[in-house]
Amino acid sequence: MANKNESLGKTLFVVIALCLVCAVIVAGSAVGLKPIQQKNAALDMQRNVLDAAGLLTPETDVVAVFNNRVDTRLINLNTLEEVETVDGKSATEYDPIASAKKAGLGTKLEKSADVAGIGALENVAKVYFINDESGALETVVVYVRGYGLWGTMYGLMAVAPDMNTIKGLNFYEHSETPGLGGEIQNPDWTSSWQGKEIYENGSVAIDVTKNVTDKAHDIDALSGATLTSNGVENTMQFWFSDKAYGPLFDKIRKGELN
Amino acid sequence: MASAKEVKEVLFGPIFANNPIALQILGICSALAVTSKMENTVVMCIALTLVTAFSNLFISIIRNHIPSSVRIIVQMTIIASLVIVVDQVLRAYAYSIAKELSVFVGLIITNCIVMGRAEAYAMKSPPMLSFLDGIGNGLGYSAVLLTVGFIRELFGSGSLFGYQILQLASEGGWYQPIGLLVLPPSAFFIIGGFIWVLRTFRKEQVEPKE
Repeated sequence: MANKNESLGKTLFVVIALCLVCAVIVAGSAVGLKPIQQKNAALDMQRNVLDAAGLLTPETDVVAVFNNRVDTRLINLNTLEEVETVDGKSATEYDPIASAKKAGLGTKLEKSADVAGIGALENVAKVYFINDESGALETVVVYVRGYGLWGTMYGLMAVAPDMNTIKGLNFYEHSETPGLGGEIQNPDWTSSWQGKEIYENGSVAIDVTKNVTDKAHDIDALSGATLTSNGVENTMQFWFSDKAYGPLFDKIRKGELN
Repeated sequence: MASAKEVKEVLFGPIFANNPIALQILGICSALAVTSKMENTVVMCIALTLVTAFSNLFISIIRNHIPSSVRIIVQMTIIASLVIVVDQVLRAYAYSIAKELSVFVGLIITNCIVMGRAEAYAMKSPPMLSFLDGIGNGLGYSAVLLTVGFIRELFGSGSLFGYQILQLASEGGWYQPIGLLVLPPSAFFIIGGFIWVLRTFRKEQVEPKE
């Protein structure tokens, strides 16, 4: 029996049969559970949006708040017109980050213009308009992303209706060094962004620096994480400039999109 | 078929008499990493117990057909497949916990307990006993992890399963949490203490002096 097991034919048979069985089980579980996982991922993103806007407490019913107060809209960044669907996807299904790299849905950025190091910019932005209890616009949440030290940092920025005052920042995904650059997720640090102003005389004035001089625009950089801090600053410089959200913010500020 | 006594020994032996962490010193890595909160600890314990039990079961079923030249790879394939299934289930039904455990669920593949039991026990024992051996070793692992998790969360953050038990001084209460316990190295001290207590009562586990 032992000898028969050691033959080349038997070895190959056992290995191939086992691989087939395992492959079917693994693929089956991955495909079968995908719908539930996607639902979870969507819920997690809603949670991130509320967290950025400062509306998330342990008691928050995320789905209810989202349904009642959050208006998810798609806005073309070039024409500044609101659109219903992009590539057949509704506002809730649309993924701006994945779309940026697709032909027809995103535009490749020139090296010189690509301050944040993201490669391509989506044509249509996904913007969350959060209303207060009475229905008046309270916060606008937009996606931002940029290259840090090790990889792209994905975040959500919450801005007040004046489209200038920052209400919150939440980096929900990044690969920075834990304990150093990874502190961009630390609520102590992100709360230091609250109340800062994005623009000064029409240009982006956010400065992540170790010497805070201008209290309205400067943010204390993370110690031991210079490159991550620079990456965060570049991210803001890119996304709030005229290349990305600048014109959109002007339009929202004038109340033309409400 | 195995006698009741043998079943009992296989199932409950690994909890105190032959504990995989305390006596065999296996699987320490995840014991340090996931024990700062009881919730994560419990999920990790269930995941590891299931993987050990089912990998033992499947390996035992095909043990007479595994060529010894590729047996480790065969074991790894079975274990890895089970771990991926567990990971997928966690992501579907316990998303926030799966996010916190993240890499440590995947690392069950390399957990010495799973490999150790597959190689040492399942390769030469019948399926039912192997399955029970997997459950038993999972329980042994869980006993240590839950003890460590209990101490770390209660005294490190003043809570259990996220519910505040001891009022923290920073929130107007009286309890000053022990910061060290929130950090992974503290698990070393607690596991050390666990082994010490265990060997005080079970003298036979003390190694002879060299």
